[in-house]
Amino acid sequence: MTTTIPVGFVPLIDAGPLIVAVEMGFDRAEGIALDLRRANSWSALRDMVTFGQVTAAQMLSPMPVATALGLGGAGAALAAVSVLSTNGEVVCVSEAMARKLRDAGHAFDFDDAHAAGSALIAAADGPLRIAVPFPFSMHAELLYHWLTALGLPAPSGIEIRTVPPPLMGAALAAGELDACCVGEPWGSMAVERGVGALLLPGSAIWPGVPEKVLGVRADLADSDPEPLSALIRALLHAGQWLNDPRSRVTACEILSGRDYLDVPTEVIDRALSGHMTISARGDVRVVPQFVDFGRFAPQQVHAAWIGGRLAARLGLDRGTSQAAAQATYRTDLHESAVQEIPGYVQEPVALARSFDGQNFTPAPQE
Amino acid sequence: MQRLLKITIVESDPARAALIEESLLRVGQYELNIIDDMTRLNAAIKEINPDIVLIDLDNPSRDALEELTLATAPLERPVALFVDQGDANLTKLAIEAGVSAYVVDGLRADRLKPILDAAVARFNMFRQMRTELAATKRALEERKVIDRAKGILMKAKGIDEEAAYALLRRAAMDQGRKVGDVAEALVSTAGLLS
Repeated sequence: MTTTIPVGFVPLIDAGPLIVAVEMGFDRAEGIALDLRRANSWSALRDMVTFGQVTAAQMLSPMPVATALGLGGAGAALAAVSVLSTNGEVVCVSEAMARKLRDAGHAFDFDDAHAAGSALIAAADGPLRIAVPFPFSMHAELLYHWLTALGLPAPSGIEIRTVPPPLMGAALAAGELDACCVGEPWGSMAVERGVGALLLPGSAIWPGVPEKVLGVRADLADSDPEPLSALIRALLHAGQWLNDPRSRVTACEILSGRDYLDVPTEVIDRALSGHMTISARGDVRVVPQFVDFGRFAPQQVHAAWIGGRLAARLGLDRGTSQAAAQATYRTDLHESAVQEIPGYVQEPVALARSFDGQNFTPAPQE
Repeated sequence: MQRLLKITIVESDPARAALIEESLLRVGQYELNIIDDMTRLNAAIKEINPDIVLIDLDNPSRDALEELTLATAPLERPVALFVDQGDANLTKLAIEAGVSAYVVDGLRADRLKPILDAAVARFNMFRQMRTELAATKRALEERKVIDRAKGILMKAKGIDEEAAYALLRRAAMDQGRKVGDVAEALVSTAGLLS
């Protein structure tokens, strides 16, 4: 008998593995049927998981960590059992900021985080006002890391605020924001509407950072591991399919559907192909590894790093926070699920360094 | 006497906001505020400094409210989603109805319960209305498509309306599909041929 698993998602490129698992039948091949539920906010997804409306959901990679540290949510412990996507974020600046940067001679080469960040800091009058989709997000972590590494004092020099992606375009146009960091297709949609220009892909700040994870309630993961295990395998196959360049045309077609992202296929193709249109004038930049669906195994070193960063910013004890964070990335559940795939050999995930040469080694305790 | 609880309703649709307001005032006396401008949501909430914030679970601006759960400045009051699981069942009902409540730390559960009960009842009604509206819209759209398909058949085969509908119905029965689906297929194919 087929087990139906309700799973929550937010309409973004990196919901791809979930959508593809259903549309290409990777779920049924594992004996399960995904029942996808679209949500408008990350907090709604988290609460739907907590209170059992869905069994699992796409989550921002720091969300299970934040919940473990008591930041937001109604308390139930969450676990990340797979990485759905790696990178795929863009930094998008307002038209006014883009003009300033161009006038100052910035070339918008779209791959040099040093040059782009320094130009942005130099162009700011007052604190830089940058929007992210959620307070606990890789977007926020990337921004803090990038701009403080270039000498911008935080929090005084940077004002990171939460703006729902559908409202970011309006906030950029109204002059309330200098920039935003957001997942595709929202950056490209801002370019399409003529309210922003893309400054940098997330991968230029730190390649290989986990962007979205599959989140579940920790107690459910332990008490009923079988359907979850099948779900993990289905999503692994879906991710591999998405990473194959031959799938691209079909993938764009599927994701653009009215029940999914509901945006033109051509806009989705930019992120999947890495051919990004960065300005309303039509300038194109090619990013070799814009988003990756194949780095599927959760890495505890990522969780510890996120926990350490949140702890440092919010004044929590770093050691206990890192330990609590690490426990949310359930490599054990992930591995036991993928081990059942005949002939599957999990390739070790290479941990890349940030643009300024940092690695994920948790900072020594102060 | 206890100070009136301050409740802020985040809702951009004035008709809905008024209905929520009305059902809350039926169960008690509260100081109510409505925020309809999502762009300055957090600033408005800081100004009002409410005890409870009610917001639709489907509202994308909920994520901006999550910032409130970070009480970083010493003077800010910590805010939690619902009350610390004091009544898990009520919380679950609320999520199912599609209402979320942000509550300041230390608010007694018995003061919260009637408010949440009233909000849940109201949101359940909204949900039902929304479902009915969607069903009506779908039915209307389907009828339009069937009418167009009938028109195409009448013109192509020189038959009257009744015969055209019978033809559609027979095709649907033969293929084990709905009349609306067959009509839609016909309309989109005819669009290609014309």
